[in-house]
Amino acid sequence: MMLEKSILAVITTDRQKVSGGAPIFFCESKKELEYVASNIEAITDGIAHALSEDLFIIVKH
Amino acid sequence: MTEYTFPIVFGVVFGTISRIIMLRTDYRQYPTYLHGKIIHLSLGFIAASLGALAVPAIMEKEFTAVTLLTVAATQFRDVRNMERNTLTEVDSYELVSRGKTYIEGIAVSFESRNYLVMFTGFLGTLSFIIWNVFAAIIVAVICLIVGSKLMSGSKIEDIVDIEQSKISFDGAGLYVDNIYIMNIGLEERKEEILKYGMGFILTPKNINIVTTIGNLGQRQAILHDVSVSLGVFRDSGTPALTPLIKRDLDDGRLGVFILPQIRDVAKAKSVIGSVPVLESAVRMPSESKSLNKGDKV
Repeated sequence: MMLEKSILAVITTDRQKVSGGAPIFFCESKKELEYVASNIEAITDGIAHALSEDLFIIVKH
Repeated sequence: MTEYTFPIVFGVVFGTISRIIMLRTDYRQYPTYLHGKIIHLSLGFIAASLGALAVPAIMEKEFTAVTLLTVAATQFRDVRNMERNTLTEVDSYELVSRGKTYIEGIAVSFESRNYLVMFTGFLGTLSFIIWNVFAAIIVAVICLIVGSKLMSGSKIEDIVDIEQSKISFDGAGLYVDNIYIMNIGLEERKEEILKYGMGFILTPKNINIVTTIGNLGQRQAILHDVSVSLGVFRDSGTPALTPLIKRDLDDGRLGVFILPQIRDVAKAKSVIGSVPVLESAVRMPSESKSLNKGDKV
């Protein structure tokens, strides 16, 4: 199945900020956040976009 | 052997020669080496034969034979379809795709080249029959020259000014000059982009060009050609490393962000400059009657 323009994952260090549909990954630190985001980016062929310092989304374009 | 044999052979030979001249493999790598070339040379030969045969048919008052040319038209429309289908299939496996507009441009030029070949064959044979072989050679050479003139369209450097510009990050936003390109989240990617990326600003020379270079197909063609000529720093599975072109909404300038493997500014400028202006991207708002009417009042 080909997905176009969809949020594949949400990665954050702040539990208060997110909820809802896409898979959410909570991380302890900024370093872990970067590590998880780069892994998911590579695995899903998506792009990691930063919405703020502690909130990343992986988007399939 | 009939009185028409030599004129027909002459027309066919010169028609095919004109196809050979127009069939150049360049950086676009299309048609591909050998096999693709054979297909197009054969089609060129058929086109030349059709053009050459039409003349004796008219001379012998076999006017219905001209309907044969409609078969030719159908045949070459199929050539266009064939090109379009092949290139579209292959396009999804390119690291930086050609884009539909570019493909359409290539397909159209293949079709039109066959018509040029047909005219060369037709005029060559006609002048051979009416005058003599020397006149026919002159006519055929003129056809070859006109053909190659018609074939080469304008280039990007004719319509825009190309300037190198620095790329920078504002938070996660990637900018070329003041034009926003995209959002990059990961520090690692940002470092790669700053290390390998290059930015260029294309400033349109007049109002018509603002619309022409705004065309998404034209922009994709620039990215494709640059990636083919200078290489591209990316692989499947790294969509963050994608060359992109975005537009300044205020004045229609384009911000070109590329990731070449050969990072030579002068070369990059000349490659961007020699990208063809795609026929289907060309717009002429200045020719609009309703627009010009307003000026005169």
